[in-house]
Amino acid sequence: MTTWLPGGTVAERIRERFPDAVEAADAEAVRVKPERLLEVARFLRDDPELALEMATNVTAVDWEDYFEVVYHLQSITKNHMVTLKVRPPDYEDPEVPSVTSVWWGAHLQECEVYDLMGIKFGGHPNLRRLFLWEGFAGWPLRKSFLQVGQGAFHPGLPHFPKEGGERGVISGPRWTEQEPGWRPLPSPGVRPPEERRPYGHQQMGPVTPPQVDRERA
Amino acid sequence: MTSDIRTEPFTVNIGPQHPSTHGVFRMKVTLDGERIIDVEMIVGYLHRSMEKLAEERTYTQNIPFTDRADYLSAMSNNLGYCLAVEKLAGIRVPERGEYIRVIMAELQRIANHCMAVGTFINDAGAWQTPLMWLFAEREKILDLFEMTCGARLTVNYMRIGGVAFDLPDEFVPACRRFVDEFPGRLDEVEALLRENEILLARSKGIGVIPTDLAINASLSGPMLRASGVAWDLRKADPYSIYDRFDFKIPVGTAGDSYDRFLVRVAEMRESVKIIDQALRDMPPKGPYKVDVPLALRPPPGEVYARVESPKGELGYYLVSDGGAAPYRFHIRPPSLINLSLLKQMLVGLTIADAIVAFGSIDIVIGELDR
Repeated sequence: MTTWLPGGTVAERIRERFPDAVEAADAEAVRVKPERLLEVARFLRDDPELALEMATNVTAVDWEDYFEVVYHLQSITKNHMVTLKVRPPDYEDPEVPSVTSVWWGAHLQECEVYDLMGIKFGGHPNLRRLFLWEGFAGWPLRKSFLQVGQGAFHPGLPHFPKEGGERGVISGPRWTEQEPGWRPLPSPGVRPPEERRPYGHQQMGPVTPPQVDRERA
Repeated sequence: MTSDIRTEPFTVNIGPQHPSTHGVFRMKVTLDGERIIDVEMIVGYLHRSMEKLAEERTYTQNIPFTDRADYLSAMSNNLGYCLAVEKLAGIRVPERGEYIRVIMAELQRIANHCMAVGTFINDAGAWQTPLMWLFAEREKILDLFEMTCGARLTVNYMRIGGVAFDLPDEFVPACRRFVDEFPGRLDEVEALLRENEILLARSKGIGVIPTDLAINASLSGPMLRASGVAWDLRKADPYSIYDRFDFKIPVGTAGDSYDRFLVRVAEMRESVKIIDQALRDMPPKGPYKVDVPLALRPPPGEVYARVESPKGELGYYLVSDGGAAPYRFHIRPPSLINLSLLKQMLVGLTIADAIVAFGSIDIVIGELDR
């Protein structure tokens, strides 16, 4: 059975070597300073007790005020996992160092994060847009990018039919029975669309046509 | 004399529409004579932005996305996603539901490996015959799926807290018959191929991945096991009820295309063993799912859950903010990450060998591009 090492344990281990690299640690994850990420990553891989040989999963989350890049690291010899996080210092122009030189398996995943979330990875050997084309307007996985339901559905679907009462019992009218023009109310705690940071299609108007890269085409 | 003859580097596009790429996948290959000196992969032709769309849908509404990610092993994808949500919300699945899930996931593994091995052999030059033999077996599995849930590829069968429907009465005898017959059929296919002179010549020593490189590049599944690492999440991190079954992890030694073929064939035999045990131990009656609210709202938090899908480690990273839709929905696709070493594998080979090495990776574009 794979054990998930608590963030505190890993933080202690990192502090022994790099006293000032850890930003925060909780039961699940350890967060390090972006400028120290590369040496911490190399330490995590080479330390005989941690021996995290594999960057299994690399992804990022947009928390609307800051980004968080999440690394799920796996040790095959010790059979344990660690969640490592790092926050790029700048929300408008996020950048963290690339860990490709430590774990080669991160290089396509970092391209994917760059493509969809717009986080740059400094020192990446070939950072490029993986799925979309160069010149695509905006970064689709950011929360400020074109909300499919115009932001009204996210995140709570507050008036979901059948919810509230007993299972199968409809409490309140169905969506189809509402008067025309009715929209679900945004749930509290979510910024209304007009207060959102303008970005992506909403800001840029029509999508710019794809630029044909003659060399590639 | 020959040293005076020089060749210009020459660029060839393999794909996006090419039978050997198994989907819309494009490789830009630079050649020196017949040798490959550089490879660039260009993907995204099937990108549907699932991760963004999932943020606008409830947890249950997201299950069909997972079918369409890896459409050749939809059951395994369903299973991984449902396990992640169950871990996030703290839901326990009834006993019979767990057994049904395991049977379906292992049937799906056999179906996927039939496809993977068949197309690999096809690429290597055994035109259609072994592929059709394996397809006949895969067809029986798809019939079992159809019998259970009405669909063959995009099954949408598993639910958070169990499975959508109970097994029909005909399922267990039909599945039992398949389990009894399949090893014999596999023997026939293997006898045809295992010592086959052409297959050996085409795949032995082609696309070799050393062990340390495989680990460093996050490879998983048969790719990693063929390189000599006995790493199977069903053993290393048993999810669902996999700790109850007795099976082995087939491991290769050389890490070449031929070993990947052997590992897949051996895995099919192990899957049959698991299904056999599951059919024996499954409670004949009982609940197969628990009642879960239609708009499930897991507590705020995050989870990374993974399963051993036929292609490798399939992970789901979910972040909940307490709403009915996930705040972040990320699939860790084995197809994409198993391509990390594409360039290292192919450089130095000829085009004909590169097709074989590429075919042995077993990718599916739906999952690669999402």
